Amino acid sequence: MSQLYTTVIGLEVHVQLATKSKLFCRCSTQFGAEPNTQTCSVCLGLPGSLPVMNRTAFDLSLKTAVALNCVIPKFTKWDRKQYYYPDLPKAYQISQYDLPMSSAGWLEISDEKGSFEPKRVRITRAHLEEDAGKSIHDEAAGKADSEIDLNRTGTPLLEIVSEPDLSSSAEAKAYLQELKLLLTHIGVSDCNMQEGSLRVDANINLHIDTPEGKIATPIVEIKNMNSFRAVERALDYEAPRQFRVWQETGQKIGEAPKQTRGWDDSAGVTRGQRSKEESSDYRYFPDPDLVPVLVTDDQVAEARKSLGELPADLRNRFVQEYGLSAYDASVIVNQGQGVTNYFEQVARESGDAKSACKWVTQDILRLLKDGEQEINAIGVSAANLAGMISAVNDGKLPKPRAKEAFELMLSTGSTAQQAIQELGIEQVDESALVELCRELLDKNPRVVADVQSGKVQAIGALIGQAKKLNPNVDPGRFREICLELAMESSSSE
Amino acid sequence: MSSHSSLIESSATAQLELLMRGDLFSVELTQAYLDSIASRDANVGAFLRVEKDRALAQAASVDKRRQSNKPLGKLAGLPVAVKDVLCDQDTITTCASRMLENFRAPYDSTVVAKLKAADAILIGRTNMDEFAMGGSTENSAFQITRNPWDLERAPGGSSGGAAACVAADMAPLSIGTDTGGSIRQPAGLCGVVGLKPTYGRVSRFGLVAFASSLDQVGPLARTSQDAALLLETIAGHDLRDATSLDRPVPAYSQSVAEPLAGVRIGLVREHFAEGLDSEVASAVRDAVAVYESLGATVKEISLPHSKHAVATYYVIAPCEASSNLARYDGVHYGHRTDEAEMLEELAAERKALEAAKDEVGLSRLDSSLVRMYRKSRSEGFGAEVKRRIMLGTYALSAGYYDAYYLKALKVRRLIRQDFDEAFREVDLIAGPVTAQTAFKIGEMVDDPLSMYLVDLYTVSANLAGIPGISLPCGFDKSGLPIGLQLLAPPLEEERLLRGAHMYEQATDWHQRRPEI
Amino acid sequence: MAITRSDVEKVSLLARLQFSDSELDRLTGELAQIVEYVDHLSEVPTEGIEPMAHAVEVHNVFVSDEVMPSLPRDKALANAPRHNDRAFLVPPVLG
Repeated sequence: MSQLYTTVIGLEVHVQLATKSKLFCRCSTQFGAEPNTQTCSVCLGLPGSLPVMNRTAFDLSLKTAVALNCVIPKFTKWDRKQYYYPDLPKAYQISQYDLPMSSAGWLEISDEKGSFEPKRVRITRAHLEEDAGKSIHDEAAGKADSEIDLNRTGTPLLEIVSEPDLSSSAEAKAYLQELKLLLTHIGVSDCNMQEGSLRVDANINLHIDTPEGKIATPIVEIKNMNSFRAVERALDYEAPRQFRVWQETGQKIGEAPKQTRGWDDSAGVTRGQRSKEESSDYRYFPDPDLVPVLVTDDQVAEARKSLGELPADLRNRFVQEYGLSAYDASVIVNQGQGVTNYFEQVARESGDAKSACKWVTQDILRLLKDGEQEINAIGVSAANLAGMISAVNDGKLPKPRAKEAFELMLSTGSTAQQAIQELGIEQVDESALVELCRELLDKNPRVVADVQSGKVQAIGALIGQAKKLNPNVDPGRFREICLELAMESSSSE
Repeated sequence: MSSHSSLIESSATAQLELLMRGDLFSVELTQAYLDSIASRDANVGAFLRVEKDRALAQAASVDKRRQSNKPLGKLAGLPVAVKDVLCDQDTITTCASRMLENFRAPYDSTVVAKLKAADAILIGRTNMDEFAMGGSTENSAFQITRNPWDLERAPGGSSGGAAACVAADMAPLSIGTDTGGSIRQPAGLCGVVGLKPTYGRVSRFGLVAFASSLDQVGPLARTSQDAALLLETIAGHDLRDATSLDRPVPAYSQSVAEPLAGVRIGLVREHFAEGLDSEVASAVRDAVAVYESLGATVKEISLPHSKHAVATYYVIAPCEASSNLARYDGVHYGHRTDEAEMLEELAAERKALEAAKDEVGLSRLDSSLVRMYRKSRSEGFGAEVKRRIMLGTYALSAGYYDAYYLKALKVRRLIRQDFDEAFREVDLIAGPVTAQTAFKIGEMVDDPLSMYLVDLYTVSANLAGIPGISLPCGFDKSGLPIGLQLLAPPLEEERLLRGAHMYEQATDWHQRRPEI
Repeated sequence: MAITRSDVEKVSLLARLQFSDSELDRLTGELAQIVEYVDHLSEVPTEGIEPMAHAVEVHNVFVSDEVMPSLPRDKALANAPRHNDRAFLVPPVLG
């Protein structure tokens, strides 16, 4: 299909900050507890209770905002966003309205496979707010009572709002992946979507070229997307849907109210959600129970220092320091800090980054995908893999048998040295190898003749025979010696 | 009269001395007050609940510990009445509202916890305007409180029960709260001492919020010495209240007797304008003359923005209240409407709309949840609370925020700046607490705006966050008390108390008793 | 800004309150009077004046991130108008 329109996407991401206790009280944030066992007078919103801010929650927010290249204002405050819902016991959410703790940042995204050009996605703002509780509705909606669980109420969330800079589902997914990588890397959130510690809402509309010029369609907000894949699918569904609607109605932005649609993952469609006309009048005002926070330049500098090397820095360094391709550097770094650290250890200890990269991107990543296991749980430690690469390079382990050794190390957890012994691999003495070459060349004058006439690949036929006679033969070296001897015999004739 | 009456007419400080010397048992003292309540409160109606059994048990425990020389708190054995707006663990806190008729907080407010730690005897819970909104205590959902000086008249409010119980010697000390004058105004109208501390001086944790940026807890007592004793018990920094001030608490009861030598007193020009009752005006001028005779210098000052204080207050307080009271929605606690009845009502409305083919009406019909909220709240709240919620919701709603709330916050700063300016020239500001003495019960119930204007002289201190005290300074022709208000810069409660005390030493207004 | 009866009706939904017709009439009058009174604030010059949301200048109040015991569930639910020993109950939210 020729491009009839461009898609314009902005994402609102809520991440749960990695604190032990809630934002305004000392109840645990542990996931999975029995309903209403992690509440107190503050998060129940009981009369007379007052919020006091969790220092770690603010520090983690600041760290994130700095990592997202945001501007950190010197003054920030908290406001009440007021609406009635049974899972919001105070009937207001403590959030930030006109003076958020950060704004105007950016996050760079790219695709190693080149499906889109690298770009900087602007971050409008990131602000710290409290979560609501959970309403559990009866399956047959509207029939039985709804149950309210307030365990989650008051959990610290950072809301990260992007500008509408994303123009495809692939870009949206890349943005989310890069954001998750960054946030887990700096340890501010576990970004676990299943447990709700990362939630995504998308705002999407179209810019359509018409003979009368470019027009924009009404913005739709999509909710209920429970995985990055769901985000991708929902956006892929929604853009053509909006185009069809536009073809039918011709409605432009401003001509219809902003609509909220929910993603139905099993049906693969978005559906309009009922909206109350007055629901958007949130009556924000500064929360008189909380005092403003002043942030100094020193604190921002401190936060910046605490970040260390970010994923983008790591990719650059891997290209420069280890000579990896940009593609390989991305593949490794995008796996997260565990794999990144693993690779670095293998590369450093073996002194062979290229081989380290090859083993990590092929064999190690395959294992992670197969077993969905953690890098730390893999049978071959970084030190052992480095030892194995060194053994190959030192000639102690013939390259073709390295795989065999790796598999053994994987299942037994042994070192390269132990695996070499276990497999009975011995280094073949150079003179024994020359002897073996002579013997086989003598038995195969035809091969010698072929080589002498320029068909060097004829040696290949001897390698199999050599390996049968001695499995430890290094085929490369065997080939070199055979060629040398064959040519020698030719020149002596 | 019996020895009882002389006992309960003595000051809390004197009672405490007797208790400490072992010349008086707390059980005796507590019983004397319980007897006083039993004989008088049927007329006054100051208490919503009298904690007789608990009080006597507490008193017996204090006596026992004193006899065995165990360490005791600083108010050990002294009865204290508490306004029914401060949570007391596992007992009922109603805020004089149907909404919270059965609410039991699972925790102690900081002030109640401090009173318990001081071994005070928590004798009962006093009546108030519902959620502290009002100036007459007529807005209580449960009962009327009468002014001990004239039972046809209101005690003022919202801490009307707190003031009346001290005035009628039903408690030596009581705790009130003051958002726009709710301690000082009833203290003035009932002829007792009432102090609103600097915002942040006393923790608000466990105080059921009315307007969070204005609410303060403070003492009511017969004398400034007694008020000092109670204030030093409840004041102090609290980690659970982010707006509480991390500053040491002076020993108010030690310093209160030191007169303020050469104190500079400011009289606010704007306070003596139209509307001020002439008897009140002359009583205040007489009080100022007393100060002059004690070596004070008096200066007329101006608080040019004070004329906007009531308007500013009636934007900020309802806005905050509308938000603070949103939580009473019948979901997690408090009153919930009869659900079956509510669902029937909705079904009937739907049927009628369907029969009339009223599509618009149908689309606007409340969901069952929304109707549950609306009915629960409308049944649970009284008229004044609903009026203020409506006012605040309106002022914060889309399109009005800048014109009302934001504007009021700016004028609030101007009001504060007026005080900062004035306190460069004077140490204390003196003036009337109210323009009139106690008004008749029912006199203003149909005129909310006039009722709001009663706060004229008191709201500025709340807006500015400064401390203020009300003390008796005379009586009008009808024998109703007149209050003198002193205001001081932030955290100068000590100055207020010393200033009040030196006046009390020169006068005897505070020793007069209503006949009841 | 005169407040109308239709404003009052709208605000009553926002505030989750319900009034009878006669209550709405009375309330409209009362609120109009109060609003007219507070409208005088618009005459106060406030250019360059910072809003004062708090009565005291306190900043950066935090507590450390330590878990303390929560309320036992029966206590948390004790004041609920309706509960089933594990959760607060409300009429169907969807519907």
